[in-house]
Amino acid sequence: MYIYDQYDQKFVDERVEQYRDQTKRYLDGQISDEEFLPLRLQNGLYVQRLAPMLRIAVPYGLMSSRQVRKIAEISRTFDKGYVHFTTRQNIQLNWPVLEEVPDILAELASVEMHAIQTSGNCIRNTTTDQFAGVASDEIEDPRPWCEIIRQWSTLHPEFAFLPRKFKIAVCGSEEDRAAFLLHDIGLQLVKNASGETGFHVYVGGGLGRTPVIASSIREFLPKEDLLTYLDAILRVYNRYGNRDNKYKARIKILVRAWTPEVFAQRVEAEWEHLKGGPATLTGSEIERVSGFFTAPDYQAVDSAEVEAELQSQAAENKAFSRWLDRNVRAQKQPGYAAVTLSLKPAGVAPGDVTDRQLDIIADLAERFSFGEIRTTHNQNIVLADVLKTELFELWQQAKSAGLATPNIGTINDMICCPGGDYCSLANAKSIPVAEAIQRKFDDLDYVYDLGDLELNISGCMNACGHHHIGHIGILGVDKKGEEWYQIQLGGSANKDAALGKVLGRSLSRDAVVDGIEKLLDVYVENRLDQESFLTTYQRIGIDKFKERVYAPVS
Amino acid sequence: MHQYPEQYLKDGLVTDNTWQLISADTETLPSGDILVPVSYWQAHRQQMAEHSGNVGVWVDGHEEIETFANAIATVPVIAINFTKFVDGRGFSMARLLRERFGYIGEIRAIGHFIRDQLFMLKRCGFNAFQFQSEIDLAAASKSLNDFSDAYQVAVDQPEPLFKRHR
Repeated sequence: MYIYDQYDQKFVDERVEQYRDQTKRYLDGQISDEEFLPLRLQNGLYVQRLAPMLRIAVPYGLMSSRQVRKIAEISRTFDKGYVHFTTRQNIQLNWPVLEEVPDILAELASVEMHAIQTSGNCIRNTTTDQFAGVASDEIEDPRPWCEIIRQWSTLHPEFAFLPRKFKIAVCGSEEDRAAFLLHDIGLQLVKNASGETGFHVYVGGGLGRTPVIASSIREFLPKEDLLTYLDAILRVYNRYGNRDNKYKARIKILVRAWTPEVFAQRVEAEWEHLKGGPATLTGSEIERVSGFFTAPDYQAVDSAEVEAELQSQAAENKAFSRWLDRNVRAQKQPGYAAVTLSLKPAGVAPGDVTDRQLDIIADLAERFSFGEIRTTHNQNIVLADVLKTELFELWQQAKSAGLATPNIGTINDMICCPGGDYCSLANAKSIPVAEAIQRKFDDLDYVYDLGDLELNISGCMNACGHHHIGHIGILGVDKKGEEWYQIQLGGSANKDAALGKVLGRSLSRDAVVDGIEKLLDVYVENRLDQESFLTTYQRIGIDKFKERVYAPVS
Repeated sequence: MHQYPEQYLKDGLVTDNTWQLISADTETLPSGDILVPVSYWQAHRQQMAEHSGNVGVWVDGHEEIETFANAIATVPVIAINFTKFVDGRGFSMARLLRERFGYIGEIRAIGHFIRDQLFMLKRCGFNAFQFQSEIDLAAASKSLNDFSDAYQVAVDQPEPLFKRHR
């Protein structure tokens, strides 16, 4: 992974001192609440319903064991001994004290971490595929590009006060695991006819109140031109994005108002001035950054022998076999696999882990995955590059730490925002709904039989729980002070990205689980062969689901 | 907008301010150095040329700089007005003035901007800062140097870090 040099380190150190001084001046009454707001937001600090919340950047989801141990230590020292993994591959502390945040940031800087631009109307953390570098369908490793974008976006002097937040994702594979079409900028690594690498550039995707799938504005951008082109897009947005109404301020609204064609022309016209300029990437810089993402020291393994051993372990142990099915994924290097540690056991808020579990994750990574940890936008942890011969041992250790629930990709692996329990924006609670669903569907045989099913829950229309792109989406709404839940069907975050359709009138909290069960019944009764929930829905349409859920009680 | 603070920051130093800001609806111009709205300046070229003191212009950060940048290329001061400190359009405008239109005079931030933006404003080409409320200018000037270097290309550093040090 990327290792800071003296410049990278100096920037995060100087940022800590800048924010320490700003916090001091705020507490001394020299900075107003209004003027302190963007300063603290751009250092990750929100003020929430119960306490401040600090969001720590995990650039493109990659961390080392040393960094994870530091997070554990920070959560013990400054918080309540647990942290939350977010849908932007970041980490949140739920109970920090405003006065201590500069010290927390200093601790982070000591392990090459920060909270810069994790909130506020600026360029946020760039995200990508959690299987980058090991995915068998990879065109090119997206991580060097994410790091190049991280450096370009960090403390960018022109784009710190955009109309609204701005999110970039990079997809380097055939299958999309980064939901890149739902970002302000989605970059897809592609090769042209001469075999040169470049980017297919999409703009204007996003969730929130007005969910939109991104539009293509350039089919091939040579890789050297990445930063000048990003500068051009951001400059057009900074100058012409709506600043009067925050609900109309995302780039998607501008792209829609102008049409993607006109937006593309405006970007190209701006780019004419920047193209080939000093910010053009050099081969040596691309090589330097790529050099940090080289393959670890893989051993040569006898694949046939390894597979035979795994088969026999799986045959003897059904629980292990289930875990292999759901939580282990082949990777392109033979003899190795990528393991997802589930942060979604029943009874725990999705994405929450304790300091003790963090220490164990760090240990597991050191022992099994070359000391590297990946966070996922589904709020789980991935350990890649695990020798298949060590899977059984890893499973046992992860299991005893509560990290081996075999539910990845199932209904119980839901994405869920913090909801009304924590967030001041929420209309409704989301964590208790997630828990009720996990408790209801606790029969593993049934859950496996349902197969791949993405269920996403947001506590309000800001859509932090990505309800629009769940195969089943649940949205908390407020009806005269009571919490109700709207159900959506048919969303998808993959390359065939689709937004869910509203099923019908919202359900009360008590009726949600029952409603979900009816949806699943309709699926099971109507599916053909190995068809997934989403495919069945796409084939039979919404009506059958609707009829069942809203049928009068007989 | 008839503010006339006695001092402002220019090129990092606390400097006496001789410039009066003239609002759009002004009827009679005072003598001495003045900053007039760009629309006024364009409409009264002759009067501007005959003015007793120096004449500069001020613009709102959201104005279409391309439409008048060449016309004002020789004024000694262009002030960019921030109506809200979170409105980042003035940052782009300053860069365009310097990098695209080659403006070499003073670019002054006026209106609602804050001390904690100085480093980035400076990087975008501002070299003067006229605060709208009372502030310790010497203390504020420290924020010009919050960071010792930067990754990106900007007005103060036309080469990216990766070409200079890597």
